[in-house]
Amino acid sequence: MDRQVFAYSVVSTGSFDDVGVVSTEIKRDLEEAGVEKDTVRRVAVICFEAEMNLALYTERGGNIQVVVEPDRVDIYVEDDGPGIEDVEKAMQPGYSTAPLWVHELGFGAGMGLPNMKENSDIFEIVSELGKGTKIHSVVFRRKEDAA
Amino acid sequence: MTLKEVAQTVEAEFLNLEDRADEEVNTACAADLLSDVLAMRGDAALLITGEAAPQVVRVADVMNIRAILYVRGKRPQKKDIIRWATQRGIVLLSTPLPTFEVCGRLYKAGMRCSECPEDEAA
Amino acid sequence: MRLSDVVERLGLEVLARGNPEREVNWAYTSDLLSDVMAGAQPGDMWLTIQRHMNIVAVAKLRDLTGIVLAKGIKPAQEVVDKAREEGIALMVSDKPLFELCGELYQLLRGRG
Repeated sequence: MDRQVFAYSVVSTGSFDDVGVVSTEIKRDLEEAGVEKDTVRRVAVICFEAEMNLALYTERGGNIQVVVEPDRVDIYVEDDGPGIEDVEKAMQPGYSTAPLWVHELGFGAGMGLPNMKENSDIFEIVSELGKGTKIHSVVFRRKEDAA
Repeated sequence: MTLKEVAQTVEAEFLNLEDRADEEVNTACAADLLSDVLAMRGDAALLITGEAAPQVVRVADVMNIRAILYVRGKRPQKKDIIRWATQRGIVLLSTPLPTFEVCGRLYKAGMRCSECPEDEAA
Repeated sequence: MRLSDVVERLGLEVLARGNPEREVNWAYTSDLLSDVMAGAQPGDMWLTIQRHMNIVAVAKLRDLTGIVLAKGIKPAQEVVDKAREEGIALMVSDKPLFELCGELYQLLRGRG
C-alpha cells in the first residue's frame, strides 16, 4: 500500500452542531488504513481545528484532502471564504476575532491555527482577503513504541 | 479508580455503557473550551466538562478520551449524540455537582491530572 | 482563608491585587461565562482558562474574590488593566485546571 487519498467536503450549515463530524470520519478512515494511533490523533486534531474554522468563518465551507504515504500524511484544507486579514497575528496563541457567543460555545480561544501548527511537522498557510485560505500540513509518521 | 468508583464519588449516573463500570480510569482533565481539549498533551481517560454541546463527544473521540463526565446536571440534548458516543465506545456520565467539587473529590480519591508531567506526581 | 494566603500556598503569580485581605469562601471552576453568572457565589474564587475581556466584568458582577487563570495563561494587557481598575484580583497558575482545583479544594477543606 503506497499511497491513499481521502477527500472530504465540509459543508458550512450555519450551525456548529456538525463540527467534528468530518474529523471523526477521517480518524476512522485512517485507523482502518492502518495508520498508527499517534499520527491519527495529530491528523484528526488538525482537521478538527480546520473544520471549526470553516464553520466559524466561511459561508459555504470547504474541502479537506488527506493523503496517506508510508512515511507521512499530508493534509490539504481549502476554502473560498473571506480569507484572513493578518495571518501572522492569527498564528499567535490567544489571538481571536471570534465574537463572545462563539467563546461561550467553547470555540474561539485563539488556539486554532497555533494548535494546527503545533501538531504539524510542516505547516503552510496562504490566505487572500476575499479569495479564501489554503492550508497544507504535513505529519511525519513515526513508528509506535512497543507499548 | 474504576468508572463505578468515579460515579459513586461524585454522585454521577451513567448515560450509556454502564457495562463498562469496572473499567479503570486513572487520568483526568477539566475543560469547557473545546479548543483547550484539542490542544492538550498527554492522554486523558476522563474529561470533566460543563459543555454539553454535541461537538464534545467528537473532540473526545479524536483525543482518545474514554469517558466524559458532564457537571451541573448537563447532558447531550440529542439522543443520537448519546447513541453515537456508544458506538464509538465513549462512556457518558452526568453529575449534579459543579466542576470544582468534582475535581476536588476525584483528586482526593487519587485521580491523576492528565496534563501534568509524570515525574511531577512521583 | 484569606486571598493572600491562597496566593502564597498555591504559588500564584499576581497580575492584579484586588483585596488581599478578603476571605476566599469557596471556588467555582468554569470557562463558560453563563455558567459562572448562574452558579458562582459571592466570595468564590474563579478558576478558569477563559481569558476573554468579559471575565473581569463577570467577576465583579458576581462579587468573586478573584480570578485564577490556569495553565500559565496570560491575558491581554487590557484585561489586566481592567482588573486593576475594577479592583478584581487576577492571578495566574502554571497548573492545569484539574490539578489546581484539587489543590485548592484540599486547602479550603483543610481549614475545617
